[in-house]
Amino acid sequence: MKNVDFREVLDQPLESHMTISMGPQHPSTHGVLRLELVLDGEMIVKATPDIGYLHTGMEKLFEYKKYQQGIVITDRMDYLNPLGNNLAYVMAVEKLLQLEIPERAQVIRVMMCELQRIASHMVWLGTHALDIGAMSMFFYAFRQREKILNLIEAASGGRMTPSYFRIGGLMMDLPAGFEHRVKQFLDEFPEALEQFENLVSKNTLFQARTQGIGYISREDAIDWGLTGPCLRGSGVDLDLRRDNPYSGYETYDFEVPVETGGDVWARFRVRMRELYESHKIVRQALERLKPGPIKADAPKVVLPDRNDMRKHMDALIHHFLIIAEGFNVPPGEVYHAIEASKGELGVYIKSNGGPKPERVHFRGPSFVNLSALPVMAEGEMVADVVAIIGSIDIVLGEVDR
Amino acid sequence: MADTRPLLDFVEKLKAEKPEAVVEVREALGEVTVIVPREHIVEACRFMKQALDFDMLADLCGVDRGPEEDPRFEVNYHLFSTKHHKRLRLKVLLSEDDPHVTTVTTVWKTANWHERETYDMFGIIFDGHPDLRRILLPSDFDGHPLRKDYPLRGYEPYSLT
Repeated sequence: MKNVDFREVLDQPLESHMTISMGPQHPSTHGVLRLELVLDGEMIVKATPDIGYLHTGMEKLFEYKKYQQGIVITDRMDYLNPLGNNLAYVMAVEKLLQLEIPERAQVIRVMMCELQRIASHMVWLGTHALDIGAMSMFFYAFRQREKILNLIEAASGGRMTPSYFRIGGLMMDLPAGFEHRVKQFLDEFPEALEQFENLVSKNTLFQARTQGIGYISREDAIDWGLTGPCLRGSGVDLDLRRDNPYSGYETYDFEVPVETGGDVWARFRVRMRELYESHKIVRQALERLKPGPIKADAPKVVLPDRNDMRKHMDALIHHFLIIAEGFNVPPGEVYHAIEASKGELGVYIKSNGGPKPERVHFRGPSFVNLSALPVMAEGEMVADVVAIIGSIDIVLGEVDR
Repeated sequence: MADTRPLLDFVEKLKAEKPEAVVEVREALGEVTVIVPREHIVEACRFMKQALDFDMLADLCGVDRGPEEDPRFEVNYHLFSTKHHKRLRLKVLLSEDDPHVTTVTTVWKTANWHERETYDMFGIIFDGHPDLRRILLPSDFDGHPLRKDYPLRGYEPYSLT
């Protein structure tokens, strides 16, 4: 207390602004996000996100790992949408290698990615509603997510960290009876969706807490680089699955939901409507599933079949070389973007020709969407910040990388 | 492979309007890269945004080519258009002794965090940036970890105390 200059304190006796720190252990910041809020009464004058608590240097780690080892790291970025991360990364490497992916592998990739999108949106829906006060929603949403995680586990062996997509195809084919289990899920899911609409969308308390809150205009949304449901909630009709199609998305029939409100409610409606579209895409993919190869015909890149290794010498040699030394990727640089559940997930890879990348950079949608939080939050009440954070749908693993 | 002709048309327009802003055009894997001198990056970006509808900065990232290379650093600007859905990459090359480039936050607000991240990881300084602080690492962190001469495990164990 000795060093405090009391004259200075007395000079500003009527300080009306108060600075508080929200997080990093606040339950509704969805991870370890800290917000520095300057408040005037209950109104937010200034919001400054402080991130980096989960930074683990993944982009540095990529430079020390072979290309196929990098897939495992991508699982841990956006841990609610690991298959989307796998897809973005392996497609970028495939673009450098100029590999052709067989039809069946592409259909399975689309199907699994859309199932993962539903699972990711279930976590968003559960936690978003929980933040606002609808506690039971959390359990209903996680029950549906559990079914999808069981499906992903059946296909890949991992629930949260599947690493199912590999460079040139898939880790392995779908297990027996998988189609039947997906069909069963698809038959049950619309009923759950209707339940969610009744519980949350038609809830007047929920509507009152979200309508007109956290507004961001169409111009601002583009200027701040928002993508995904946040951008479509502001009235911009953009979906990379339709506008920059990859992995055969151009052949599927689905709508892109767009809302013009620009507030928390609009972003909520976009995600709810997306669930129906993802459901539609999974069903179409399921109908297209035909027997065929699941790995590209590139023996120097794709691991050989286990049975072939017992019979053929060259398969054994290729297996040994891929595991021990990796494969060389032609020099060049590539930026590949996909529509992940939270927005544009872009991967920049620069190769020098060796088995390890020179530089890997992830453009995480959460990172960019979070940077626009001050625009949405300033001028709102402090209790609305949790609704706004929920509507951006961030995953701190991806923000901090 | 994607057709790059429309992209090259955009580059031609940029070249016609601002010939000093285009040093080299590279075309590979269906993507077009334009090397821009660092003095002209802001006007090139502004022209791309206003005249050619590249209204979104999808990504901005730095690259370190290694301490023995000159120019050592690259800064990539991945532009995207929400109108015609095309992508273009602008690239600025920077030397190790003078890693300065003018900020593009005046063109796109989203560049703010991207530039902070690039500063944090590579030590590239964006002149005129409104708030150039470290973003992912603690403010007293020593060094820039994505530089090639930074060891994978750091110089010494970092402690918060």
